[in-house]
Amino acid sequence: MAALCESFTLCGLGPGGGLGLGGGLLALEPGPDPDHVLLTDRGRTATLFKVSDQKPLGCWSVKQGQIITCPVVCNFETHEYVAVHDDKVLRIWKNQDINLDKVFKATLSADVYRIHSLPNGGPVVLFKGGGVRTLDVLLEAPQQEIENVISDEVIKWSEAFMEGQQPVLIFATEKDGDFFVYVQKLKMNSLHKYKLEQQELSKPLNFVAYIKKQIITLLCLYSNDSVYKVLIPLQQNTEEKEQILPKSLLLNLSVSGSVLKGTSFVVLDKDHVAVLGRLAASGEESKECLTIWNTKFQTLQTSKELPLGTSGQLWCYEEKFFFTHGKVLTVIMYKCETSSLAAAVGKLKDSQTPDVSSFVNWNTLEDEELAASLPSEQPVALTSESRMSLRSKGNTVAEVQPDTLSVGQLLLNLKNASTTVFEDELRQLISKVQMPDLQATIGCVVTALINRCKTKPKYYPQNFLLQIVETQDLSYSLCPDLMAVALEKKDVYLLQICLQRFPDIPEEITCACLKVFLSMSEAYLQRVDVNLESVICYIDIELNNKEVKTEIIENGFNVELEQDIWDTKITEKTHLTAGGEFCPVGPQKAALLNAVLLSAYSETFILPHLKNLPAQQAVLFLRYLYYLYVKCSEKINTALPGICCPTISQIMDWMCLLLDAHFTVMVMLPEAKGLLSNLHKFVRAQVRFYSELNKIEGSLRELQRLHHQKDPQTYSIEVLELI
Amino acid sequence: MGEFEVHRVRFFGLVPAGVRCLACQPRGPRLALARTDGAVEVYNFAVNYFQEKVIPGHDSRSVEALCWAAGDRLFGAGLNGEVTEYDLARLCAARSIDGCGGPIWSMAANSNGTQLAIGCEDGSVKLFQVVPGGIEFERNLDRRKGRILCLSWHPSDTHIAAGSIDTLRVLDVSSGQTVQRIMVNYHTQKAKRECIVWSIAFLSSGTIVTSDSFGRVQFWDREQETLLESHTVSTSAVLSLAVSEEEDSIIVGTSTGATYQFQLLPVKAGSLQKRWVRTKPFQHHTHDVRAVAHSSTALISGGLDAQLVIRPLMEKMQKKGYDAVLRKFTFPHRRLVSCARKARLLLFQFSQHLELWRLGSTDETGKDGEVLPLCRMPEHLVQLKSKGPEHIYCSSVSPCGSWVAYSTASRFHLYRVQYEGNGVSVKKVPKMPKLLLPAYQLQFSSDSSSLFVASARGSVHVLQLLEPGGCKHQHRLRPPSGSPEAVYLLASSADGHWVAAVSGDWAIHIYNLKCFKHHCSVPTYNCAVTAVAIHPVTNNLVIAYSDQQLFEFSIPKKQYTAWSRTVQSCGLHRMWLERDSPITHITFNPKNPSHILLHDIYMFCVLDKSLPLPDNSALLMNQGTLKQLPETARKRQLHAFKICKKFQPLLFADLLDENCLVMVERPIIDIKTQLPLPIQQKKFGT
Repeated sequence: MAALCESFTLCGLGPGGGLGLGGGLLALEPGPDPDHVLLTDRGRTATLFKVSDQKPLGCWSVKQGQIITCPVVCNFETHEYVAVHDDKVLRIWKNQDINLDKVFKATLSADVYRIHSLPNGGPVVLFKGGGVRTLDVLLEAPQQEIENVISDEVIKWSEAFMEGQQPVLIFATEKDGDFFVYVQKLKMNSLHKYKLEQQELSKPLNFVAYIKKQIITLLCLYSNDSVYKVLIPLQQNTEEKEQILPKSLLLNLSVSGSVLKGTSFVVLDKDHVAVLGRLAASGEESKECLTIWNTKFQTLQTSKELPLGTSGQLWCYEEKFFFTHGKVLTVIMYKCETSSLAAAVGKLKDSQTPDVSSFVNWNTLEDEELAASLPSEQPVALTSESRMSLRSKGNTVAEVQPDTLSVGQLLLNLKNASTTVFEDELRQLISKVQMPDLQATIGCVVTALINRCKTKPKYYPQNFLLQIVETQDLSYSLCPDLMAVALEKKDVYLLQICLQRFPDIPEEITCACLKVFLSMSEAYLQRVDVNLESVICYIDIELNNKEVKTEIIENGFNVELEQDIWDTKITEKTHLTAGGEFCPVGPQKAALLNAVLLSAYSETFILPHLKNLPAQQAVLFLRYLYYLYVKCSEKINTALPGICCPTISQIMDWMCLLLDAHFTVMVMLPEAKGLLSNLHKFVRAQVRFYSELNKIEGSLRELQRLHHQKDPQTYSIEVLELI
Repeated sequence: MGEFEVHRVRFFGLVPAGVRCLACQPRGPRLALARTDGAVEVYNFAVNYFQEKVIPGHDSRSVEALCWAAGDRLFGAGLNGEVTEYDLARLCAARSIDGCGGPIWSMAANSNGTQLAIGCEDGSVKLFQVVPGGIEFERNLDRRKGRILCLSWHPSDTHIAAGSIDTLRVLDVSSGQTVQRIMVNYHTQKAKRECIVWSIAFLSSGTIVTSDSFGRVQFWDREQETLLESHTVSTSAVLSLAVSEEEDSIIVGTSTGATYQFQLLPVKAGSLQKRWVRTKPFQHHTHDVRAVAHSSTALISGGLDAQLVIRPLMEKMQKKGYDAVLRKFTFPHRRLVSCARKARLLLFQFSQHLELWRLGSTDETGKDGEVLPLCRMPEHLVQLKSKGPEHIYCSSVSPCGSWVAYSTASRFHLYRVQYEGNGVSVKKVPKMPKLLLPAYQLQFSSDSSSLFVASARGSVHVLQLLEPGGCKHQHRLRPPSGSPEAVYLLASSADGHWVAAVSGDWAIHIYNLKCFKHHCSVPTYNCAVTAVAIHPVTNNLVIAYSDQQLFEFSIPKKQYTAWSRTVQSCGLHRMWLERDSPITHITFNPKNPSHILLHDIYMFCVLDKSLPLPDNSALLMNQGTLKQLPETARKRQLHAFKICKKFQPLLFADLLDENCLVMVERPIIDIKTQLPLPIQQKKFGT
């Protein structure tokens, strides 16, 4: 969720504020260091602020009669400041310079529109005629002739980025209601002109652009209260004439009847934009607001009323908004966390809160968003197959691997291939580790396998599925059908692994697994391969028992007969442990049940499914839980020995759940009676024991204290033997 | 080997004074430390952090600041308003000069050690020129209200940053004017309380680092007078701060006993932009950490709990060695206890008094580990209070128990103690001969007929003790080549033939007492000597060095013994060499000439020369294992080192008779109870 945090005043504006001449702000630019901003007003002054201290660090003015026409920027490489006054006169100075009259001056041959300073590329100068020069080039010959590119169009907005090593400049112009976008790559000296798709009855008010993976995303705020997205690919080698850029609606700035008349906006991260504007509800007086919108969910996340009015300008650096509010420049900090549905319903695991980074990392933008809306691509039909192919096409373009087939395509081709060929191809596919969308690909592969299983009832590649589940970080949602098929095939080993590895199994499936595990016969389970590491430490495996027995039995008995008796006994209830308690289930079943006990669930969701458990199975499960509980209580630390064992609180929780779900049945069932009364007795004994312990706690502590002060005397004669 | 009856003594109520300030010698191996009682100590990092020199305290000479100047000269300043230079050869205060500004709270030397700046109670900062033979007042810098609690020179020596209450100032050294004045309280709401700037550091970049009573460590930009960064490290005061020479690491000490390291680290990997980040927290102390220092390889902190903690920075360690392990020093590296073997008396040395105790006795015997019932309790016989403000340098009781001697910086006292039935009478010996004072070590001969006094310039005085209570100066022994350093260890032979003296330059001279001539000197081994003793039968001198090496030198033959050569060729056990604290006392068992008894703070060892030396694969501390083995199997496991770690921290151990030992312990917990309560800290929401 995005949120606005505390705000403070950076400085006053206007005649009383001591800054400028009341002309308002021309622009705000980042300063030479973090936490510094450069403020240029519409008069003669530029001021450097340290934001967190709310303190001006330096202030420079041009002479009376001159006027700064282009926002002052900082050259990050040399820590110099660059400004233009009176359209043509360039000034460069350093921190310690005081008088701007005495600093470096160069008079240019054309009017400057803006200077953009790039963190590792140096400043770039955009002239009003559309010509672009880097500052270095310009300083070599200040009087050089600057070409006019845009004839009689007027520049409305510009922005610069670094793409790899080269600066890219984008600017928008207007002529007679038509808007054009120019993209200039400085090093290659290439200029592209595009025309923005026309929108009836409205025109762009404000632009924001960012670059990611060679594609410029241009967001335009239109006067019809909407934000549109335009994608401009950088790698366009064809010299076509004036392409028309299609645009797509990103966000409609309206919420429950009221409409936000935006004046300016900034992008916060891939899902959030902040818009400054006038919120007008029908019939009410409109008021100025700063708002943060989530473009993914199309929602207004937070807003703040600004009753004193703003100048309509909004800047954003280092997680802070800057805007004029009344007669002061106000700073509001914000937090913007990645929004997800999981976070919204409070199910996001807290352990990995993403670091709040101070810059927008465009590389985390999902590829599909770009690829899906690239103008050159086909219109998208939202079937999973075609989505896959599209996405991978986007990738192959980026990775320059033209001869590999896309995953979806491959899977389609393989649909009718023979089993061996099919599996071989899939194995090859999985082994391509560098694939960017590995997770999604694996998901597709598993889905393909499962689909094949569904169509060919005899086909079930257990080993292959096991291998995938064990080696890849899959989740339930990536291959929802996998567990369903495994349940159908009663593949308990796969189910066990899935329960251990998938973080997001629905409670319904968990219960289905539980049901299958409980219903299986011990005899069948003994033949099945199951991971026993969670039970090995507290249940005696009967193999050992048998070994011991055979030694004794050889003393004249009929071995086979004896063994038969043992087997039947075992399958009934003969896992005698040292404490004299029986384990009601065999080790395999116990291991499977442990996998269920350890899986994540939500009580409210699991309870209805748990009610579907047959009474006999519920009693068996309760008996096992009771056994575990007794086992836990044997040890002083109330924990089961071994690895991946359920904890006592997990056991208790499940016991309570099970009793909640089946209480009436349990009360009625004769075979549950003894168990319940035993359980009751045991719990009562435990409670009594702990309450007694509580009573003598003071005495125990005193004992411990006495033990510590074993020899408080200051003198003793002792015997010491050295050997 | 045998059973001992051990008198386990815990009534030595020593409370080491808290650490007040620390100073690392610039580009040198030494660390100077001052305690709250005015004592100054010098630790030598080059020889396993041995506490090389101790200058006992003085009631009117508190030390608030220490600094090294002009290479190896040590200066101290304190609340008596004087700047004192210490004579590290004679181990005393050499000369003092009044600062004329009231109590001095802080002092700092400039980068090349030619000037000292002091910060006074009256708010002035004064400059002194370090000249040969002393210091000279140079001038006053701008004086403002408020005591100057801390000072720091800019590495270029052009400016001084001074911390006071609520403010810090930057003074221009050439003009003497206050160039900047920064209110440290400006940004906080808590302005009602005054904020004391406890410590300050001026970095070459112009950044000023302060630590204050609000628990903050703040970084200020000198040029802009702005706060660059503020880190709140504690809810209570941050008392001390030290910066590494590369200015990439800072250690701060707080009043809760915690210390923290700050490091200047890149914001991102590979980025040039750097920030100060609080990296490592440590909780080695229980009380205020009043002093911290930052050597090139370690963080050093000293607290009011009297502990000196040296925590190595593993990233700066080239190889595994003594420096690569955390070291904690609480007790002095010298003896404060002496023992009258025959009379079974113990003499305890405190900073300003002595206590004489008689040990108890038992008439029962028992098995290993048993505590025997006492038939007589130990008895506190006499307490001798030293008059005057000077603290005691050294003390000794004669083997027969009838003589007690001690020395302060300017006075030497000898007492005749007589035991009549239950009563004890103490008579001061009048008309003491004039000696070169102070005495650094006192040693009675084994027949109690003479007293050896270790003095300055390498000399040893021999006093003859006369019945019923007199004394005569007999001779003054001096090394033939002369020595500027004081003698700090003495050992005399049982037959009264020899005396060995160790001086501050670690040279060991042996004198013949029959003809009062220099007999020989032990070949120089470039390490500090921590203990020496002469064997009563063989007249071999056993020497323990601070690098844990042991040597045996035959005095009659003037050469190392064969056993010593074997030890050197085989090498001592790795575990022995890695021990933490130096051997502080060596003694022998006259009935068992092959035994050498030695101890450090953490162990007592009987070294049996007749047994083979253990190699590194053997277990050094094997007593526990041996006890579990049957008698027959023990033989193969035996080795020369019989180590007992039962008694800790062990301040003194001696053999009373053939199978009777005395061990003087001082449990840390007993010291803790003597200290004021530490600041209560909330734990776990209680």
